[in-house]
Amino acid sequence: MRSRFDTQRILLALAGPGLALLVAALLSSIALVVAGHSPLTTFQSMASFGVDPGSIVQILNKSTTYYLSGLAVAIGFRMSLFNIGVDGQYRIAAFFAAAVGGAVALPAPLHVLLIILVAAVVGALWAAIAGVLKVTRGVSEVISTIMLNFIAGGIVAYLLNPDRLAVRQGSQLINTKPLPPSGWFPNIPLPGGDVYGFIVVAALCGVAYTVLLNRTRFGYDLRATGLSETAAVASGVDVKKMVVRTMLISGGVAGLVGLPTLLSESHSYGQDFPLGYGFTGIAIALLGRNNPIGIGLGALLWSFLEQSSQILDLEGVPKEIVTIMQGVTVLSVVIAYELVRRFSLVQQQRRVGAELEASTTPTTPTGGGAPA
Amino acid sequence: MTTPAAGSAAVATGSAAAVQLHGITKRFPGVVANRDIDIVVRPGTVHAIVGENGAGKSTLMKILYGMQKPDEGTISIDGQPVSFSSPADAIAAGIGMVHQHFMLADNLTVLENVVLGAEPGRLGRLDFGAARRRIREISTSYGLDVHPDRLVEDLGVGDRQRVEILKVLYRGARILILDEPTAVLVPQEVDELFGNLRELKAEGLTVLFISHKLDEVLGVADEITVIRRGTTVATVLPAEVTARRLAELMVGSDLPSPETRDSTVRDEVMLAVDGITVRAGDGRTLLDDVSLTIHSGEVLGIAGVEGNGQAELVEAIMGLRPLAAGRVVLGGRDLTGQDTRHRRRGGIGFIPEDRTRQALLLEASLWENRILGHQTEPPNVSGIWIDRAGARKDTERIVGEYDVRTPNIEVAASALSGGNQQKLIVGREMSSKLFLLVAAHPTRGVDVGAQAAIWDHLRDARAEGLAVLLISADLDELIGLSDSIKVILRGRLVADADPKTVTPEELGSAMTGAGGHPEPPEPSAVDGRAARSAAGARAPGETADPPGGGQAGQGAGA
Repeated sequence: MRSRFDTQRILLALAGPGLALLVAALLSSIALVVAGHSPLTTFQSMASFGVDPGSIVQILNKSTTYYLSGLAVAIGFRMSLFNIGVDGQYRIAAFFAAAVGGAVALPAPLHVLLIILVAAVVGALWAAIAGVLKVTRGVSEVISTIMLNFIAGGIVAYLLNPDRLAVRQGSQLINTKPLPPSGWFPNIPLPGGDVYGFIVVAALCGVAYTVLLNRTRFGYDLRATGLSETAAVASGVDVKKMVVRTMLISGGVAGLVGLPTLLSESHSYGQDFPLGYGFTGIAIALLGRNNPIGIGLGALLWSFLEQSSQILDLEGVPKEIVTIMQGVTVLSVVIAYELVRRFSLVQQQRRVGAELEASTTPTTPTGGGAPA
Repeated sequence: MTTPAAGSAAVATGSAAAVQLHGITKRFPGVVANRDIDIVVRPGTVHAIVGENGAGKSTLMKILYGMQKPDEGTISIDGQPVSFSSPADAIAAGIGMVHQHFMLADNLTVLENVVLGAEPGRLGRLDFGAARRRIREISTSYGLDVHPDRLVEDLGVGDRQRVEILKVLYRGARILILDEPTAVLVPQEVDELFGNLRELKAEGLTVLFISHKLDEVLGVADEITVIRRGTTVATVLPAEVTARRLAELMVGSDLPSPETRDSTVRDEVMLAVDGITVRAGDGRTLLDDVSLTIHSGEVLGIAGVEGNGQAELVEAIMGLRPLAAGRVVLGGRDLTGQDTRHRRRGGIGFIPEDRTRQALLLEASLWENRILGHQTEPPNVSGIWIDRAGARKDTERIVGEYDVRTPNIEVAASALSGGNQQKLIVGREMSSKLFLLVAAHPTRGVDVGAQAAIWDHLRDARAEGLAVLLISADLDELIGLSDSIKVILRGRLVADADPKTVTPEELGSAMTGAGGHPEPPEPSAVDGRAARSAAGARAPGETADPPGGGQAGQGAGA
């Protein structure tokens, strides 16, 4: 009986993404045909370029960043909190982490640890502002986190000045004092290039996420609040505290989003530090359905599409077609998951009804669980 | 195949049946929810459909309301065969549904709720004036007495129900389906609802009335159809049957009674509530200086029309609402400043009024629901960790001991029927070391079998020394289970009743404020001013409202 349930569950779990990808591929093909290109050859060239060793390294590196961003968003999602502010959180966190890391001299592991710690704390505190505003003043976290993104950008721009926390490199570029090699994260060499060592940290974050949510009391309270706030309150969960704590954790993870770039690539925070990973994180959390493995797959898919799109220019296909694909994928995934979720709830109800019907003895008056 | 049947039915009843269901069968994979349902509802009558939870009433109503398509069989409305693929089709055919769980937006007014989805007006401009007039018109002609401009969140349950009825009438329904409409009402309110139904009937409307309260069904219905295990077992006239006979048709066995036997009340005071006052955000007084004590082994029943402060009393004791004044003491420990979790850990079990909102995570598995409300106790947790194995094992035990009918404990709570959900909740709450159980409507919406089981569990726990605060709209249950009863009105405890001697009718009168002279305890008037005027109205020599004037819970007028 259990195994039947499980097979069904696995099938349903695969049905969502399968259906979504099919629809996404179909709609993307239509876009390609409309634009006058052959979907088949386009997909083929994307696929062959995407599995090139150099591309694989790029995909893994991008995925590391996206994965952390997706996790940060997903933690909020599990409690029905919309942390739209991952973007601001990771930028301000990376900035301060870079500034602190550039200013101190420490032996290698401690130096890196300090940078990670600063980033996590700054990200957490920045996100907590939105949490505190929500529980004390009733401000929607959607609005406050978006506004905090701009404020974070403003603060970083103000401090990123040679008179304050930055140094001038050459005539044009301004950035924080570069990290000494003791503050670099070791990379993993592959045939196609170096993979960010931070991928290990990201994977550990995924494990921690799973353990925290599924195995701890705190995680139970968090999920309960997300599933039904009224029931959580009646069960004794202090929702206000949970909001602040969840924002702290979400912001803490968000603080790590900029670190793969900082610790393995740029080694300083400059005006050209990448933007927008926080918003990508929202899409990836949706793709991965807040599931740590799902988020990983979502991050890989997203990075693959981005990376493989670079071949399109050479083929004469506008790169923007990939943006359409990404958008369509998210949309189809969200819709497909919702359909599958409803279907599986109804299925379960029916199955309970069916099994009870079968097991009901003639003397028992009720049909038991007919879906009434 | 069904056309001749429809014809013969029409002949038999003298005119086309308002609703005729013939041979309706609905299969879900592996289970037949309905089979060979035959019902003929004559126009201008109240037709009751009775059956236990899970007997297939709701599925049948979903079919009639276009939410499900039957696999076999035909539906005719006014003699015309119809096929509904959505509720919109059913509404267009003149069918209106008043759901058991109200479908109202709390933050909108009555008027806005009523027009929602059928907004009047032209060119995108809303014409509330016309709608308001219509609502008043309908409200007056059927005696619904609902004020269009009140916020729904300020209304009591009785009023909300009237808003639901108004909503379907506004959409021009000629056939009304009422799903368990009396579950939340006291006898006087029920009488009033039945008054409304008779007026609807007199205007030529047809009412399909779903219930499992047999006395009420016998009182209001012109015809009664009994459904058991998915099929119609009999259609009878109320004059020809007794409640007992109906019950036998329904369940094939005798109805259980909630009688408790000997008193188990001990000397030790378990709960002492001392002068608690609760105010709403806008300053209205919801609970006014309420004091009560419950002893070990005592069941204290609170009788009251819904919306008179019961919910607030429960929330105040559970720590879900801040107190403006007063203390809550459990077994000598002052809980006043403590949060809900501390109170629960201190030994308070909680069966909330609305299980799907407050007691269950519908999309979580049964064993995860076992943990809810007990996130700090073994066997659910050890330290900061959730003890999955422990919780699972204990859930298996509860499922066994409390007869929760489920294939396994991994299914989502939403897959269980209401009675089984409630048995799980009762089992869960009873599984901790308890001093006090706060039980709000513990058997609401559960079938007869589950009700008897829950009563048994409450009685057993009481015999072992548990103190129980029982809130119930089912006065038979309240009288049968309680050792003492207090009546709550407009946020104050206004009377005591002895369950050994009091009748439901007397209790119902006390609940509406004056013995034999019901007056309107409108929920909005639960403030200091109205409470004083209520006190005045109860003074000797003072005349209460004229009979037939305001009735329980319909304070929306004024």
